[in-house]
Amino acid sequence: MATYDGLFDTLGLRDWCDSGGEAGPMSMEDLMAQTKGSEEAANGPVPFPSLDALNEACPAWPQSRDLTVGLEQGFLDIRDALTVVVDPVTQPLSWMLRGTLDVMTSTPWYVMIPILLLITWFVTRSWKIIGFVALGIGLLAFVDYYDYAMQTLAIIFVCAFICVLFGVPIGIAMSRSDKLQRVAIPVLDMLQTLPPFVYLIPLIFLFSVTEPKLYGIAVILYAIVPVVRLTDLGIRLVDKDVIEAADAFGMTRRQKLFGVQIPLALPNIMAGVNQTIMMSLAMVVIASMVSAPGLGILVLRGIRNLELGVGLIAGLGIVILAIILDRVTKASLARIDASQSSR
Amino acid sequence: MSDDNIKVSIRHLYKIFGEDPEGVLDRVKDGMTKDELMAETNHVLGLNDINVDMREGEITVIMGLSGSGKSTLIRHLNRLIEPTAGEVLVDGEDILSWSESRLRRLRREAMSMVFQKFALLPHRTVLENAGMALATEGYKRDDYEAEARKWLDRVGLQGQDDQYPHQLSGGMQQRVGIARALASNSDIMLMDEAFSALDPLIRTDMQDLLLELQAELKKTIVFITHDLDEALKLADHLVILKDGAVVQQGEPQKILMNPSDPYIEDFVADINRARVLRVRSVMESTPPEGDCFGDVDVNDTLESVIARAEGAVDRQFRVLDGDKPVGTLTMVDLMRALVPRESSAAAA
Repeated sequence: MATYDGLFDTLGLRDWCDSGGEAGPMSMEDLMAQTKGSEEAANGPVPFPSLDALNEACPAWPQSRDLTVGLEQGFLDIRDALTVVVDPVTQPLSWMLRGTLDVMTSTPWYVMIPILLLITWFVTRSWKIIGFVALGIGLLAFVDYYDYAMQTLAIIFVCAFICVLFGVPIGIAMSRSDKLQRVAIPVLDMLQTLPPFVYLIPLIFLFSVTEPKLYGIAVILYAIVPVVRLTDLGIRLVDKDVIEAADAFGMTRRQKLFGVQIPLALPNIMAGVNQTIMMSLAMVVIASMVSAPGLGILVLRGIRNLELGVGLIAGLGIVILAIILDRVTKASLARIDASQSSR
Repeated sequence: MSDDNIKVSIRHLYKIFGEDPEGVLDRVKDGMTKDELMAETNHVLGLNDINVDMREGEITVIMGLSGSGKSTLIRHLNRLIEPTAGEVLVDGEDILSWSESRLRRLRREAMSMVFQKFALLPHRTVLENAGMALATEGYKRDDYEAEARKWLDRVGLQGQDDQYPHQLSGGMQQRVGIARALASNSDIMLMDEAFSALDPLIRTDMQDLLLELQAELKKTIVFITHDLDEALKLADHLVILKDGAVVQQGEPQKILMNPSDPYIEDFVADINRARVLRVRSVMESTPPEGDCFGDVDVNDTLESVIARAEGAVDRQFRVLDGDKPVGTLTMVDLMRALVPRESSAAAA
């Protein structure tokens, strides 16, 4: 009776189909149709050869549910082997996150804030920005979110640092090999467009929820993309004439990379670092669903318990944090640009 | 032409751009033209059987219009571009067989380059740019500073050490480019349209600077240009390229007096011959008969002789090479030489 009966018959697969014997568990659709009483629902049978439609004609054929179940089963099967490898490799991330969280929250505010302002001074050399940062932190402290903000900052510092640590070398490698670039770009595209929640699902299976690396990896995977992309782009955009001059004067590849390409690509690389920091901030909020501490927890509380005020104020706190991070990195970017302006 | 002082020599050099240069090389050797090659095989003929000898201490100018392959040719001399076939001999050795590290040594120590768009490092100061060759060889700043400063002073850039290139004008940037090339203390200097991006007055200044430096340093210079006036001013040996092939080469005066080809006749038709031609190209090498109006040197330009003769055409001069009389120059011959030969153009 099903649409594709004829197909399996002409292919001579009828025996194989029927040997599949017992029909799989009933799908939700079937159940609905049954309760409604009529076999053909309003839409009629889908003419498109979908897994479910084929299964109807041939019970041995897998249903679409089997695909997702199979994927899950497959993942669970390799999980143990995967954990043996991945767990120790990523363990330092847990230590770093724990340590930084610990330091930044247990250091008293009258030490922590001056240190943050000092860092700001080092990278921007601008009193205006320092005043702005002080004001922002003051505001966060004023609504008693100082501790939460420090937790969020700690996670961002660690994750952004690791993104730069791995992202810049990957970007450099991509700029030197067209083949690697062709392979890496689709991967980067996927990392960037995959909905952030999706990162969390396999990670929950892999690591225990008490491990900070669970959200650390999610944040890093999501935020590493811009720094890789812009490093690659920046090095490829370095003036061909200057590279030719470097070759003509007999520079080695290493001299060219560290003496010419990286310094000239630095504005672009810094723009990538800025984007990476902003994206890790976005992800750290989502990662609070898997126990990442910080302002995200409050946002989550706002959603879960419908505490409108808590959610909104925490949201605004994140905005303040975002503006601070953005202004500081942009100002340091501008400083690099000005001190070696190429045009 | 004696071989003993030939510094750089190019032998049967071919460069074909495309998917399979080797595969179509034979067809080019059999005489296929650039247009035919493009139409039939979709390959671009960059250089076609180039043979040039560049002598030590001379300025060899390679001239041609854009697309003639002159920039491609100069990049073969330090192997920034690899040829499809042929030889490039430096001091008698074929550099195409050299390993990467030996080639690097050649680029660092024996051959420097000056670029059309200057190509200075924008993030380094003028002094660091001038010392780039030495820094590349591994000298620390303290060690190369004196040398770099010496050459910056020599090209007229005193007291600009700590400026960045973008703070300088085009002419000054190219002076840094020249100082950078000189500071490497290489015997050979490659100059790729080095003055083409500069405005005319500065360009004249830079040409004078180059001639002045050359009189003192006697480097082997390969100079690329598309400007005939510049070529004639600088060249000891002039090579004219067209569509990747040498049309004519030789002493500029000879090319001017005896263009071998309508293409070159067109080229030389517009220049001021009185200023470029010299007495030696026009004189008769017989001793003067009758009265001489005065003495002129073999290397005087015709312009200066006309000035000496006060415009009169019935005079003759005794020509001296140093103190030795070597011939006669009549004003009639001089006037005739000022008219470009257009036999083939008229015949066509």
